[in-house]
Amino acid sequence: MSLLKVSNLGVQFQTNDGVVSAVNGVSFELEKGQTLGIVGESGSGKSQTVLAMMGLLARNGKTSGEALYQGKNLLAMSPAELNRIRGDRLAMIFQDPMTSLNPYLTVERQMTEVLELHKGISRRDAKKRAIELLDAVRIPEAARRINMYPHEFSGGMRQRVMIAMALLCEPEVLIADEPTTALDVTVQAQILTLLKELQRDFGTSIVMITHDLGVVAGLCEKVMVMYGGRAMEYGSADNIFYQPSHPYTIGLLGALPRLDHDGSELVSIPGNPPNMARMPKGCPFSERCTHASSRCADELPALAASSVNPQVLRACHKPADELQQAAQEVAHV
Amino acid sequence: MSEQAKQPILSVRDVKVHFQVKGDGKWPWSAKRTLKAVDGVSFDLYAGETLGVVGESGCGKSTLSRAILNLIPATAGEIVWMGKDLTRGTDKDWHAVRKDIQMIFQDPLASLNPRMTVAHIIGEPLRVHKPELSEAEVMKRVRAMMARVGLREQMINRYPHEFSGGQCQRIGIARALILEPKLIICDEPVSALDVSIQAQIINLLKELQREMGLALIFIAHDLAVVKHISDRILVMYLGREMELAQKHALYDAPAHPYTRALLSAIPIPDPQLEKNKVIQILQGDLPSPINPPSGCVFRTRCPQAEARCGTEKIQLRQISEQSQSSCLLA
Repeated sequence: MSLLKVSNLGVQFQTNDGVVSAVNGVSFELEKGQTLGIVGESGSGKSQTVLAMMGLLARNGKTSGEALYQGKNLLAMSPAELNRIRGDRLAMIFQDPMTSLNPYLTVERQMTEVLELHKGISRRDAKKRAIELLDAVRIPEAARRINMYPHEFSGGMRQRVMIAMALLCEPEVLIADEPTTALDVTVQAQILTLLKELQRDFGTSIVMITHDLGVVAGLCEKVMVMYGGRAMEYGSADNIFYQPSHPYTIGLLGALPRLDHDGSELVSIPGNPPNMARMPKGCPFSERCTHASSRCADELPALAASSVNPQVLRACHKPADELQQAAQEVAHV
Repeated sequence: MSEQAKQPILSVRDVKVHFQVKGDGKWPWSAKRTLKAVDGVSFDLYAGETLGVVGESGCGKSTLSRAILNLIPATAGEIVWMGKDLTRGTDKDWHAVRKDIQMIFQDPLASLNPRMTVAHIIGEPLRVHKPELSEAEVMKRVRAMMARVGLREQMINRYPHEFSGGQCQRIGIARALILEPKLIICDEPVSALDVSIQAQIINLLKELQREMGLALIFIAHDLAVVKHISDRILVMYLGREMELAQKHALYDAPAHPYTRALLSAIPIPDPQLEKNKVIQILQGDLPSPINPPSGCVFRTRCPQAEARCGTEKIQLRQISEQSQSSCLLA
């Protein structure tokens, strides 16, 4: 049995403009020690997917489908039940380390609170453990620094504190929602290396949410590409990067300025991201897709195994073999 | 770069921007300290060229760009535009220069006045700098410019909040271009945009540059984006110049350890390359610009630092035909 099995997850928000479907029928599985990358642009529903799993949706949000953690449905749990799992077995790292730490409390108080609550150990032992973790994420002088407030740390340091806090109870699943987006590249490299080492040492499974395909390439074994609240393509990192079979994935890879080779012109995706309140009837990407036919605008393609490589799931009416030419141009193999 | 004129259009000579900040002491009269945001930067820019400026947050790249336009006055140094030293220029001199140097900002929505329509936003530079134009002529040029940057004419009476990020950035570009400037300073114009939109804006800027013979100063923290658009690249760290080189020289043979660290830190969207890559991790955090290290400011985090890095005078020097580096060991 997989550690985490999400099937047909949906998120709807009741807004003044009517019901907005942020996530539709998203499914994935995560085994122990595996890393899944969820990639997409802003508004693609990648963050809402994991927030729904953690019971952290805004008040006007409703979920459908199921998210099984060790066979128990997270979406049907009461807050009290969720609280026993959240922070203990499932932990989360957020994008902005400044706004997700409590500015009124020292790092020590924020960290020991987790251990006192979940493990029931004394504050003194909890502090010892917290210092160990801060050491593990390489915060210099952890014993002194633990008594500081979040504003006394730099951005990269704060993100380390967040990671240390998430790892306090040695969770089985670590959900990282754009953990390096707010950081500089050299700091990002530090944090990503740290995550890789922690995964190796603790055997944690990671769900990595990001818009940066480079981050995914280095860290993830499986990748799900999302657009307009739906999964467009789902497969191993190698398949997604070297044999992309969905026009959106191909478009994303082509639009990326790259260091490793010279491209004279970037192949941009025309148009703008869709308005979630007025989604097209068919494929959400149909309006911007260069391969779209009339069928794409009317009929929603189902996520199904690719005819070229059954390991890869794709949601597109156009057969995968007809896209191989375009895929090769962007994959640069 | 044979087609370029010998004379640079913009020369920046040893520009410093220092800020006075609150002192260490707890009293209001405690001695103030000096924050050296930009500390001695020099470069030349030629017509039609793109200079990329890269560095991490706090390296002074935005402050430098604002100093060039006197939006933040430079503390010392010279800014020479078309052979004229502007450092001691009057407000009137600067007003004239801003016709030729325009700016595009990072946050596309925040840099547009929410209470003005697109027609007013794009037309405002014309109304300020060319008051002799009739309203009909202004509107005609606004429409032409909107079409040029890919905005539909029907959008002319809309307000900024009705547009997406990418469209707002197009409005910002239209506003900068309407005076037909010679130089545009782009301060992280694509960092706030999604990848697919980012590519649209980069392509648009390159196209417009080719057409209008614009020079660009392109500020970004993303070396991959900068590589795509620049001819030459300036790498900054803690207010100083680390390396200034032709694009290919910089990416093929980076001469400064900081450039090498920056380049190795960028994740490449290729699983095999990325997994086998040796990343040069920089230890520690950025030092405080109030109290920067002596000698080379990068030496506290440099994997190759030697004792003399802390004592000798550090200056950008020519190390090959195509590149200048401030590293003593290069």
